[in-house]
Amino acid sequence: MNVGAACSSGGTNGIEQDPHVLAVDDNVVDRKLVEKLFKNSSCRVTTAENGMRALEYLGLGGDRQSCSSCQASDICPSHGLKVNLVLTDYCMPGMTGYELLKKIKESSHMKEVPVVIMSSENISARINKCLEEGAQMFIQKPLKLSDVKKLRCQVMQRRS
Amino acid sequence: MDVVQLLRQYIDCKTTLFREGILDDQFTQLQKLADDSSPSFVVEVVSLFFDDSEKLLKNLTQALEQPVVDFKQVADHAHQFKGSSSSIGAQRVKNVCIAFRTYCIEENLDGCLKCLQQVKHEYALVKNKLENLLRLEQQIVAAGGSIPPVE
Repeated sequence: MNVGAACSSGGTNGIEQDPHVLAVDDNVVDRKLVEKLFKNSSCRVTTAENGMRALEYLGLGGDRQSCSSCQASDICPSHGLKVNLVLTDYCMPGMTGYELLKKIKESSHMKEVPVVIMSSENISARINKCLEEGAQMFIQKPLKLSDVKKLRCQVMQRRS
Repeated sequence: MDVVQLLRQYIDCKTTLFREGILDDQFTQLQKLADDSSPSFVVEVVSLFFDDSEKLLKNLTQALEQPVVDFKQVADHAHQFKGSSSSIGAQRVKNVCIAFRTYCIEENLDGCLKCLQQVKHEYALVKNKLENLLRLEQQIVAAGGSIPPVE
């Protein structure tokens, strides 16, 4: 699925759908790496290059904040496929990962989606701020396959 | 050149890259991610890194040439470069970027200019050696050989 500058790929052929991850990062190398890490862990991946694109993809861009269709079902025709996890870089120009986290947690239909923040820097004030705002986890970059497998497990547990 | 000679060159090249700290374990992680569905994953990521790096180096050079240097912007570019080099495993490039950011915070133009030279040097080195490594890989496979598995 191609949504502006967001690109989707991956997933296995199973009856139960693989988790769908939205990965947000302004760095092209990191986007490629994160995509591969999740694909290798049997997840569907959509990448977005900034917070605005991510919000548009989630159906939170502009004034589409409230939608009656979303309450009715998992897959809202106006807002596209459901996302099981949002993974975002912290340091991004324009909208930071923290600001994106806030917008997701403020929304009525996306606030339950786990948001994980990534950063190359281990700054405790930053970590605390994100956790307080409702981030599920804060992960240090570069991401490892073990981090991704752990995340997938957590997402699958939440679903069941 | 036969497969045995190519393999020897490949192993030498790889050993040097790691022994001299030009690449670190993150590169090994990348190699482990390649599989049958994406055999050219490493080549693709490395190409993205080269394109991105060239752009960043140009931005860094231009930013430091300004009559009034915007150190915040220089720091942002250095941070980006640190990120991508870290993700690829280009350890020495990453380390220069870390120093680079410190000079930016101190608004030390001299320090920044020295780092720019250093990072250009380290980048040229890793680019040259990685291109060599990946070319050898392709030649080995083309000659019917196989790459030793990553540990």
